Amino acid sequence: MDVFEPKIVAFVCNWCSYAGADKAGSLKLDYSADVKLIRIMCSGRVDPQFVMDAFREGADGVMVLGCHPGDCHYRTGNIKAMKRFMLLEKMITQFGIDSNRLKLDWVAAGEAEQFQKVANTMVKSIKELGPLKIEGFVKSEVTNV
Amino acid sequence: MSKPKVAFYWCASCGGCEEAVVDLAERILDVVAAVDIVFWPVALDFKVKHLEAMQDGSIAVAFINGAIRTSEQEHIVKLLRKKAGLVVAFGACAALGGIPSLANLTNKEKIFNRSYHNSPSVDNPTGTVPKTETIVDGHTLKLPEFYETVYKLDDVIDVDYYLPGCAPVPDLIMEAVLAILEGKLPPKGAILSPDKSLCSSCDRNESKPEDITIGEIKRVIDIEVDPEKCFLAQGIICMGPATRDGCGEPCINGNMPCTGCFGPTDSCRDQGAKMIATLAPLLEGDDEEAVRKALEGIIDPAGTFYRYAVSGSLLGAARKEVE
Repeated sequence: MDVFEPKIVAFVCNWCSYAGADKAGSLKLDYSADVKLIRIMCSGRVDPQFVMDAFREGADGVMVLGCHPGDCHYRTGNIKAMKRFMLLEKMITQFGIDSNRLKLDWVAAGEAEQFQKVANTMVKSIKELGPLKIEGFVKSEVTNV
Repeated sequence: MSKPKVAFYWCASCGGCEEAVVDLAERILDVVAAVDIVFWPVALDFKVKHLEAMQDGSIAVAFINGAIRTSEQEHIVKLLRKKAGLVVAFGACAALGGIPSLANLTNKEKIFNRSYHNSPSVDNPTGTVPKTETIVDGHTLKLPEFYETVYKLDDVIDVDYYLPGCAPVPDLIMEAVLAILEGKLPPKGAILSPDKSLCSSCDRNESKPEDITIGEIKRVIDIEVDPEKCFLAQGIICMGPATRDGCGEPCINGNMPCTGCFGPTDSCRDQGAKMIATLAPLLEGDDEEAVRKALEGIIDPAGTFYRYAVSGSLLGAARKEVE
């Protein structure tokens, strides 16, 4: 007990990053089981609400992985994701969340090793940061809710 | 038949919501003719003991404005909940935390240090800070406790309806009062304002180009604002896309952008995150460097996108260090 197993939610795009993760699997490349994948059609579909909700529900880190710039299946979804991500990263620190708990990266369909590296690096850096223990509301102050 | 009883109360608020009731102008006479106001600290001389003496459920509706920051506010709203059949969260602070909930981005310790020790205008050589108990001439006096967090009303009690706005506009207040008096009540938990975004009824919507591109974020003091053109198309942050309709656009008509006081629509769980989703893709440039430069214009994203809604956000408050 007491070994910190971080919970990391990774939103991966259907066309590149999920395929990359799939390839990592078929090549039997080990990556940490702490990374939980959620497949979405495009990184541009990641509403910042999803990220906030993941933190609220106890994620220690959130990753958004999409196609490399220029490779988006929907042309510019990943660029939109990048812009949203950069603004969200700036804001999330105001909520006391270290911006390293949030990661955006690009993994192409063939880049199994890149997926392994990104996933394991994220796990390592979250382990160094420790558990997030989000306690936005101190519910104990008011009772009878 | 006796007239329905109505109570008003204010918690952590500025008094603007009380002002909004007065803004009903001559229509307030119709309201007063139709109801008995039994508790309204800002205007009438009823005491808490009068409220305590009332039968449970005997008040038809309690309109409560302001956020919950102290134990006293918690106590009174729980009392009102017991005495009232319906509770309406009146205004942005009660509904979403409002401006006071911006304090959730900092904490009690920092607020007290600033207010009672470090602010240049403070003269406090004995280092006095508010305590919940003090002894004066052998008597113990009690004061309310200041909580770590600013709560919205429904964090503390069950709320039946929400009237959004900072402050709610008279027309919506009147509609709500009439609906309650006539028993034409919407489903419990309803926000008593149209469930669509402000842009849908904004006169400037027509002027919005197909694709908005923002090269540089501007403030209203930086440029001469075109009174006809969409604010976002002028590079000014306008919360319209992430904000509920129903206010009648007094800010837009005054050539000021929406700051989001009506909160999000029903389909949105987090106003600030939604605004990020809307605003960020409009920024010019496809590479990180260009975007980073454009983002320099957004100095305080949380304070801008959650100006009235930190308590009502998904996270509710900044992370606190816990054991």
